[in-house]
Amino acid sequence: MSVLPPPPSGSAESVEPMTIDDLVGHVGHDDERGVSLWRGAWRRLRRNPSAIIGAALMGLFILVALFAPLIAGHEPGQPIANSGVTPSSVPGPSEEYPWGLDSTGVDLQTQIVFGARQSLLIGVVSTSLGLSVGATIGLLAGGFGGKVDLIVMRFVDILLSIPSLLLAVSIAAILGQSQTSVMIAIGAAQVPIFARLLRGSLLQQRASDYVLASWSLGLRRRTVVMNHMLPNSLGPVIVQATLTLATAIIEVAALSFLGLGDPNPSAAEWGRMLVQAQNRLQSDPHLALLPGICIAVTALGFTLFGEALREALDPKSRR
Amino acid sequence: MSTRTSQDPGPSGADSTSALLEVDELTVTFGPKSKRPVHAVDGVSFSVRPGEVVGLVGESGSGKSVTSLAIMGLLPQRGVRVGGSVRFEGRELVGASQQTLTDMRGRDMAMVFQDPMSSLNPVLPIGLQVTEVLRRHTDLDREGARAEAEDLLRRVGIPDPRRRLKDYPHQLSGGMRQRALIAIALACKPRLLIADEPTTALDVTIQAQVLELLRKLVTDTGTAMIMITHDLGVVAGLCDDVNVMYSGRVVETAGRQELFGVPRHRYTEGLLASIPRMDAPRGQPLRPIPGTPRDTISWSRACAFAPRCPVVDDDCLVPDLELTPDRERRFHLHRCVHPADVPAAVRTTQETP
Repeated sequence: MSVLPPPPSGSAESVEPMTIDDLVGHVGHDDERGVSLWRGAWRRLRRNPSAIIGAALMGLFILVALFAPLIAGHEPGQPIANSGVTPSSVPGPSEEYPWGLDSTGVDLQTQIVFGARQSLLIGVVSTSLGLSVGATIGLLAGGFGGKVDLIVMRFVDILLSIPSLLLAVSIAAILGQSQTSVMIAIGAAQVPIFARLLRGSLLQQRASDYVLASWSLGLRRRTVVMNHMLPNSLGPVIVQATLTLATAIIEVAALSFLGLGDPNPSAAEWGRMLVQAQNRLQSDPHLALLPGICIAVTALGFTLFGEALREALDPKSRR
Repeated sequence: MSTRTSQDPGPSGADSTSALLEVDELTVTFGPKSKRPVHAVDGVSFSVRPGEVVGLVGESGSGKSVTSLAIMGLLPQRGVRVGGSVRFEGRELVGASQQTLTDMRGRDMAMVFQDPMSSLNPVLPIGLQVTEVLRRHTDLDREGARAEAEDLLRRVGIPDPRRRLKDYPHQLSGGMRQRALIAIALACKPRLLIADEPTTALDVTIQAQVLELLRKLVTDTGTAMIMITHDLGVVAGLCDDVNVMYSGRVVETAGRQELFGVPRHRYTEGLLASIPRMDAPRGQPLRPIPGTPRDTISWSRACAFAPRCPVVDDDCLVPDLELTPDRERRFHLHRCVHPADVPAAVRTTQETP
């Protein structure tokens, strides 16, 4: 008995027969006893190959987005005069335009590179928006409970029952075609996810020993919630933010694809590039393939990293 | 009963000051009204005077921890009913407003919990967790609180307190963490400290150190203490008065020496018999109490210990057995139809003073 750490609270009633894997798992667990949550997570993260691949893809994407003007070589969204774009063909690779031109006569490489910047911008802004509003709602509901919890969470439940893309489409349609409305639409669709997640996480903390200990010291509710419960509840929210960033990038593309994004026809945006490539799928498939691959790879990078982060932070999924 | 004095005076037992805490017929009932409620604590009464250490002893599930949480007002409000009375310096705590209780907790009474691993916030440095309480209940500024926190850590025996203030709980050993918890609980010099099995999660040598520390702090500051434990060794070393609990009721209450010398209730007797003894012959098996605390009947029908009692007979089927004083000792109460006999040898030695 002394070898094994105490079972996590709450699962005490359900005693299951142990397998050899559990024992091995426990040994690893004991090993990491003296290490803090975050440092242990970091250590597990570095050992996980999918975390490294995800981080590399994310890093590449962020670097490209940050240094877009240096990499691209041309101005984005500026059609080249006498570009030689005809209804049936676009100019192929040349020395000046290594990936050729797109259907509006803009350098394809420049568009792709600046598309990364656009995706990152919209992804980060909309996710921060969703995170801050959602987390505030979740904090009110989970930290203070009672009637606030009941009312707010029923509202969130209603929002959750609407598919997020549909919600984003309706909001974008109401707010009109602009980059800001895309950000708000995607952010709004994320609010219920973050609200529910943080609330659940806070409720879990509410039952823990150190929270009881804080109450026993006569600390005010505000102190207990903000200083004690919140920092311990952020793990899942951070993970969700990484995963949501991937979805946001896809949703930006989807909204542009549906014609709800930036009205400028030659704006450097991956989703818009997909729409424009539609008519030329037969003659020039690379116009659709390249931005498509970029969306997929970026989303994959964030998802891989997010999943790995979740595994690293969640003691139950430790291997 | 509430103004009972111990036959075995504690550190401040000589003065007959009025009780700091009086618990009178405290009941805690769990469960919704529609279902059959569970009586976790069923009419518990005891009192604690300043500087006195009162033990609450019993197996898991006997209602010790619930009693302490009820005193602190820390039980959840939904689905729990608390009855009877808890008076702190004459002030009624049962039914007091949350605001009153929040102001009193940490300042007038504090609690040390069982598991130092989980009772400290893992993401905050120790120093912050100490200063937080100080700043809540005292007028100290940031710097003053920090200095006081350093002093507190030194007093509970944490070496190099200045550096330790910045450490996170995971950087401290189990014993250190329990010391830190004690420091936090004692930060605002509460007059009542409730220690809920403070040593169960620690190994034996550290247990001894922590108990010694608690004893020293109690004698130095005159803090009253309620020691909740299932370890009779802890009781023997620390408590002035002992209340043995079983199934939500006190079954025996006596001074420490009385309890160990002449246990009257069969449950206490069983607990004492199940302790390994240094002077017992080698290879002699321990004598555990048969059954588990779940083998119980409602006090309203018979003695709850009857199913596990070695001397049970039909006389034991008395509803709501009274807590009765011992024939020879007024302050030794027990709730038993067939109390254990007082051995002749003990009788003579105990009655001379």
